[in-house]
Amino acid sequence: MTVKVKFFASLKEQMGCDGATVEIGEVATAADVWLAASGGKALPANVLVAVNMEYCDPNQQVSSGDEVAFFPPVTGG
Amino acid sequence: MKIEIRELPFAPWEALQRYESEIVATRYPGKFGASAVFVGSMRDFNEGDEVRGMTLEHYPGMTEQELGRIVDEARERWTLLDELIIHRVGDLLPNDPIVLVAVWSAHRKDAFEACRHIMEALKSRAPFWKKEQLDAASRWVEKNTDGY
Repeated sequence: MTVKVKFFASLKEQMGCDGATVEIGEVATAADVWLAASGGKALPANVLVAVNMEYCDPNQQVSSGDEVAFFPPVTGG
Repeated sequence: MKIEIRELPFAPWEALQRYESEIVATRYPGKFGASAVFVGSMRDFNEGDEVRGMTLEHYPGMTEQELGRIVDEARERWTLLDELIIHRVGDLLPNDPIVLVAVWSAHRKDAFEACRHIMEALKSRAPFWKKEQLDAASRWVEKNTDGY
C-alpha cells in the first residue's frame, strides 16, 4: 500500500525533505512507516506521530492513503 | 468559535474588540458577563541569549483541527458562549503578538479557567514550531515549559 509521509521543523531539516510517498506492506504501523521513510533509522524517543492529523501511538496500524506525520515536540504559543 | 492562523502581523486588541462587537454581542446580547483574554508576544531573550527574530512553522490542517479539539474539550468542562483563537506563523520580530486566546461566558470562573486551559493545551499540543534567530546563528526551540 501507499502512504504519504510528512516531516516538520527540525526533523524536516534532519531528513532533508518535507515528506515522501512510501510503499509499504499491507499490514504496517506508523513506526514501520518511519523505518521505511527514514532508511532504517531508529525513531527518536521525543518524536511525535500523527496519522491523518490526529496524534497516535507509533504502534498504530496505518491504512492505504493515510497521511503519517512525524515531528518534534511542539513549541507554539 | 473562530480559529485563525495568520501569516501576517495582527493587532490582538483590535481583533478582540471587533469579534466581541460583531459576533459575540450579536449572538449573545446581554449574556456574556465574563471575558478572559491571553495575548502572547515575542520576547527578545531566551535561554540567556538575545533573540533577533523568529520563524513559526505549523502543520496546516492539523493545527486548526487540534485547536478545534482543544476548544471542544473546554466546552465539555466549562459553560462557554464563544471562543476566539488567532495564532501567527511566518516571520516575527520582538514585540510582535504571537497568539490571542479569548473566551466569553456568563461567569468569570468559566472564562478564566477555560482560557487558561485552552492556552496551556495549545502550548503542549498544537503543532507549531519556533525557530529563533540569534546574532550569528539560528536554533529550533526544543520544547515548551509547563505553565502550571
